[in-house]
Amino acid sequence: MALHFELVTPAKLVRSEDVHMVVVPGAEGEFGVLEGHAPFMSTIRDGAVQVYKTEGGTPEEIEVRGGFAEVGDNGLTVLAEHVEG
Amino acid sequence: MASLKELKDRIGSVKSTQKITKAKQMVAAAKLRKAQAAAEAARPYAERLASVMAALASKVSGDDAPKLLAGTGSDKRHLLVVVNTDKGLCGGLNANLVRAAANKARELQAAGKDVEFYLVGKKGRAPLKRNFPNQIGTHFDTSDVRYPGFEEAAKIAEELVEMYDGGKFDVAHLVYPTFKSALAQDPTIDQIIPVPAPASAADSDAVVEYEPGEEEILEELLPRYVKTQIFGALLEIAASEQGASMTAMDNATRNAGDLINKLTIQYNRSRQAAITTELIEIIAGAEAL
Repeated sequence: MALHFELVTPAKLVRSEDVHMVVVPGAEGEFGVLEGHAPFMSTIRDGAVQVYKTEGGTPEEIEVRGGFAEVGDNGLTVLAEHVEG
Repeated sequence: MASLKELKDRIGSVKSTQKITKAKQMVAAAKLRKAQAAAEAARPYAERLASVMAALASKVSGDDAPKLLAGTGSDKRHLLVVVNTDKGLCGGLNANLVRAAANKARELQAAGKDVEFYLVGKKGRAPLKRNFPNQIGTHFDTSDVRYPGFEEAAKIAEELVEMYDGGKFDVAHLVYPTFKSALAQDPTIDQIIPVPAPASAADSDAVVEYEPGEEEILEELLPRYVKTQIFGALLEIAASEQGASMTAMDNATRNAGDLINKLTIQYNRSRQAAITTELIEIIAGAEAL
């Protein structure tokens, strides 16, 4: 039970890993993505992407700016223009 | 015949030139690795973006399509965005780019279109200005940053989209080198505005939900796509510059070596000739006594 999560910026591939859940700050509200999510695409606003490595664990927060998120058969891909840190 | 001293000085000067070209060659080799790594790191983003674009563009078409995708409805005024380097010492790279751009411009002019240039980088400015004195529009300066990156690409793209929205041109082409190897960098011309309709991706059966809507996403995606294209061109020019520079400096170093050998032989011959003359004079003098 794992969701493949990729975070990509123009400069590099920041993350590519299997996680439990990711909460993305979508343009119309935050949404959480678990494994097996229906295909979905959304623009994102500036904010923190929360990555839950395990169920119930503390989330790791990654600040992103500008971009969009895509959920497909192969997991969640966040294309961000800029990633903090 | 040059005097011995002159020859010696000449050899010294060629030697110091060789030192410089050799140093530049090694610097370029080191930077090339970095530039190539950067170009490779940028690929995933561009690929994903292109595939998303393809998926969206096939859904949103017709009259609803944003202007950036559909075009202004005319193709009279063309803008050539020429990406050059800021520094020289990189062989024929810039000359080739300028030639490609000029050819394209003439071709468009022959077809009755208006052509304007948007120049990025210092080196293309002078030769293009000489050939097309009245068509140089904006010049974007990248010489104040060490490695032009995404920020610069974003600024260029914003400026272009602004000009496009302001009705300053109908079609924009991007002229940049494609880095093939340290020996070959081919000038490439790609249309960037209006965004060429990507080859439609293999349609998956899955129904994708869009938030906010397909059009809104596409509207946001298109400028980003232009940005990515320009960013890619900036990375290509960086890698090409170092590659071309490495090759050119390698040649220069070798040429300097050949020249030094030739001059050294000439120097030794002259020295020998001088000694022989002196000896003959002394012997002749001794015999006369």
